[in-house]
Amino acid sequence: MSLSLETMLQLSIILPLLATIGIVATGHKPDLREGVTIGTSLVLLYFVISLYQGLQLGESISVHWWELLPGLQISFSVEPLGMLFALIASFLWLITTVYAIGYMRSHQEQNQTRFYTCFAIAIGSVMGIAFASNLFTLFIFYEVLTLSTYPLVTHAGTEKAKRGGRIYLGILLSTSIVFFLLAIISTWFVAGTLDFKPGGVFDSDVNKLVAGTILVLFIFGIGKAAIMPFHRWLPAAMVAPTPVSALLHAVAVVKAGVFTVLKVCVFIFGIDLLALLPTTQFLLYLAGASILLASLVAMRQDNLKARLAYSTVSQLGYITMGALLATSAGVMGSSMHIATHAFGKITLFFCAGAILVAAHKSKISEMRGLGKQMPITMAAFFIASLSIIGVPPTGGTWSKWYLLMGTMEAEQHILMGILMISSLLNIAYLLPIPFHAFFSADKLSSSGGGIKEAPLPSLIALCVTTVGCVILFVYPQPLYELAKAILAT
Amino acid sequence: MLAHLPILQVIVPLMAAPLCLFLTRPRLAWLFALIVSGLAFVISSLLLQQVMTSGTIIYELGGWDAPWGIEYRIDQLNAFLLLIISAISTVVLFAADTSIRQEIPAEKHTLFYVLYLLSLAAMLGIVATGDAFNVFVFLEISSLSAYALIALGKDRRALWASYQYLVMGTIGATFILIGIGLMYQMTGTLNMEDLSIRLPEVEQTRTVFTAFAFVIVGICLKLAMFPLHLWLPNAYAYAPSIVTAFFAATATKVAIYLLIRFTFSVYGFSFSFTHIPLQMLFVVLGLAGIFAASVAAIYQTNIKLLFAYSSIAQIGYMIVGFSVGTVAGLTATLLHVFNHALMKAALFLALGAVMYRIGGVRLTQFHGLGRQMPLTMAAIVMGGLSLIGVPLTVGFVSKWYLIVALIEKGWWPVALLILFGSLLAIVYVWRIVEAAYFKPVLAGTEIIKEAPLSFLIPIWTLVLANIYFGIDTRLSVQVAKAASQSLFGVSP
Amino acid sequence: MLIGLYNYWVVVVLMMVGFYIVIAHGNLIKKIVGLSIFQTSVFIFYISMAKVDDGTAPILAEGISQYSNPLPHVLILTAIVVGIATTALGLALTVRIKEAYGSIEEEEIQTKDNLDC
Repeated sequence: MSLSLETMLQLSIILPLLATIGIVATGHKPDLREGVTIGTSLVLLYFVISLYQGLQLGESISVHWWELLPGLQISFSVEPLGMLFALIASFLWLITTVYAIGYMRSHQEQNQTRFYTCFAIAIGSVMGIAFASNLFTLFIFYEVLTLSTYPLVTHAGTEKAKRGGRIYLGILLSTSIVFFLLAIISTWFVAGTLDFKPGGVFDSDVNKLVAGTILVLFIFGIGKAAIMPFHRWLPAAMVAPTPVSALLHAVAVVKAGVFTVLKVCVFIFGIDLLALLPTTQFLLYLAGASILLASLVAMRQDNLKARLAYSTVSQLGYITMGALLATSAGVMGSSMHIATHAFGKITLFFCAGAILVAAHKSKISEMRGLGKQMPITMAAFFIASLSIIGVPPTGGTWSKWYLLMGTMEAEQHILMGILMISSLLNIAYLLPIPFHAFFSADKLSSSGGGIKEAPLPSLIALCVTTVGCVILFVYPQPLYELAKAILAT
Repeated sequence: MLAHLPILQVIVPLMAAPLCLFLTRPRLAWLFALIVSGLAFVISSLLLQQVMTSGTIIYELGGWDAPWGIEYRIDQLNAFLLLIISAISTVVLFAADTSIRQEIPAEKHTLFYVLYLLSLAAMLGIVATGDAFNVFVFLEISSLSAYALIALGKDRRALWASYQYLVMGTIGATFILIGIGLMYQMTGTLNMEDLSIRLPEVEQTRTVFTAFAFVIVGICLKLAMFPLHLWLPNAYAYAPSIVTAFFAATATKVAIYLLIRFTFSVYGFSFSFTHIPLQMLFVVLGLAGIFAASVAAIYQTNIKLLFAYSSIAQIGYMIVGFSVGTVAGLTATLLHVFNHALMKAALFLALGAVMYRIGGVRLTQFHGLGRQMPLTMAAIVMGGLSLIGVPLTVGFVSKWYLIVALIEKGWWPVALLILFGSLLAIVYVWRIVEAAYFKPVLAGTEIIKEAPLSFLIPIWTLVLANIYFGIDTRLSVQVAKAASQSLFGVSP
Repeated sequence: MLIGLYNYWVVVVLMMVGFYIVIAHGNLIKKIVGLSIFQTSVFIFYISMAKVDDGTAPILAEGISQYSNPLPHVLILTAIVVGIATTALGLALTVRIKEAYGSIEEEEIQTKDNLDC
């Protein structure tokens, strides 16, 4: 059975959505149901890899579905940045499903069918975002992603979940309706098109103030990129079960946000125009402030997931900053960081979930000495932390390197300083955790008996992503090639 | 037969209405009404087809030439509205038999269908006619049948709401009558086409200004434009559910039609928009309506009242689109007429289903409803998403066009305010979602079953239409644009 | 001007009287009466508008050349019928309201409604 690349492109979006039917149908047979999810994610991965191979051979793959409004198409195409995002998302969906099986079953969660269904819809939307060939298509799937992740965030159904869900939905929908939609329509009005084009869609003689305002609207409107002050939804979403936090808030939702930022900066504005806009500098400082402030807040969090959430806000700031630097190194650093941060953060969240399920601990102060009972988990935590900090032998090294180069290229010395200070802060809020786990005595409880390692599926998933962090350091070529190709088109 | 379609559109339901009295069994009356409404829908589709291909249809009643005789003039604008009214009427009527069994005493069922068909005939008449006084007559027929229909509601507040509506509605209709009288005095004609030719000569007189003012104020009262909206919330909330579903989707749309018809076709664009500060007035009142009504909706505990206030807000959107005064703005308004009809009909029918099973629509009664009536609640969520303007629903299409029209005109602050207004919709829709899905069922309530098929079929037809027309926008956009363009082309 | 246009003055006075009664009085029947007066003023407006100087009633007869305009008369016949129907409906509603609320005073009805909520 050999499908054309175009068919595979369409199927990569439709398949997860169709899988929901299978998941709902097998809802009462958990093993079969999980089989549907895993099967679908394997097929999806196969499609995405085939598309990647096609892209490498220089094929141009695009599909046009439907003209929704006169002049506004729903259409998809494959380009390096989208390919990067799709590869990460589809691979990590598979891994997260394995993790989730372990987590949901040992935690004996309710409504698992609803969980896997919404997960599938969310991944389908992510594919839609990754392969969208114009802003209109991207916006549609962006909104579908927000709505399909709401039931996942409020999974627990408790008052706390409801409140968290309110903040989540409130911020994401408000920013997208008020700012993002306005930015899109303004772009449509000023530039006449919403297609992603290398070099941007605006004429070179566009009014810089107008374009600058539109840029501000975009950055504030893409709430999923969690730029302050619209970042509150991320910590609020931590009320979700950990597999949700892991895939969605380390990978899918947040990466959809910064991916959109990158796409807008590179393919709507174009880095040449970006450098000339009056508001770019202000937004760069905003991103820098986001990086620093989020790191500082992270240091003060005792709840592990909250600390990781603020860390994510900070790391997303890196990517936004890299995009706004409007240099090739900046764009490359941002794109690579999408991948390296995804692997690093998802590992950290996997560990947090494992600790919750196996040891029933969520506060960092209670995790001293845990290394003895959960050595693999804490070792993975350590390696993933290194990736976030950006030191060898983990992939984060390369992305941080290019981001620093980007700040130098753009002569943004303050931002360079911010990046370096932030790395120090990363050390401060991440490394103590594995350090205390291994080297501190277990002061608080002597109930050493009873805490075992994480459930096996979760453990396997954890290890795979940790290895991924290391592989990204040792063998960064594919990532590097993709990142480089973004500006080359 | 085909040549007489314009008059048949009105005559068929009009004649059918008293015939219902001969049908002793309410079931028969329902079937009869459904068939008649379906016929009206078929006629309106044929008319729309004809208009889109060959242009305006002119039909002279009794063969008398205009302006001495009454003529029916069907152009793209009318045809669009005829389609909407008859389509919604048919779909809503599907659930009527089941719904009124719980809400109206059995001996009044046949009378319900009589009034319903009268109301339908009258609304079709208002839209189809080309004579100003004919408009008044049909307007009063539709209003009187509306007062009676609303008074059929179970709660005694329906009587009070109907009375208040009667007083305010009669004042509004009388204002329109005064306006028509003044216009007749100055031009000697009642035919709208003829008026548009003769009015420019006498435009500058105080009489014509006064006529315009009376007509516009009268229409705005029927339209429930802020601040003349006070009759609407109670009237919609306490009327029988089928009545609310029908009127929420059609009555105010007819008033918008009248507004557009009088300002564009009769008085002409230049008079209406430039000699009188209509634009500024309507933008301000439209925005005020959006915000005041949306905020009021947020605090309601009666869900029907909540969506009634939401309707007032949506009318505000239509008025803002109208006030932009460009083809794009008018297209946005007409699109929203179509889309809002779909949204609100679905929502109020779903509320009717809830009313049928539970007997009330307080927010507290919605607790846990997501599990007990999943299909109905899902329909309400979809309707709510459409109200918010999520892509792939009709609500998004209207919003897109409205914002584009505003930006084209350069009214960025208004565009921003419109978008902020949509956020308020998120708040009041989400209150219902949270109550239905997050709260446990109140202790002591019986097990509630899902709504019966007679409800589910029309509700989900409308919901799927919401989604379908949100994706395949060709019909609505083409007709709205054609209507808008012809209105701008025709008026001086 | 005042004397020649006296019919319009009558119309205006009646209109305002009717309107005032509707707004200012709380008794439901008085409101309907006010509405009636309001509508009657419009009837007088149309009919007085129709009178042509030296015109007789618009019935074809030998030897008469000047007729008053019959069209407004026709329109007003329709409007009068509408007015009757409205008044009848309003009064019927008043009867039902009296049965349901025990009162036909606006304030008392609203108080009862507020107590219900």
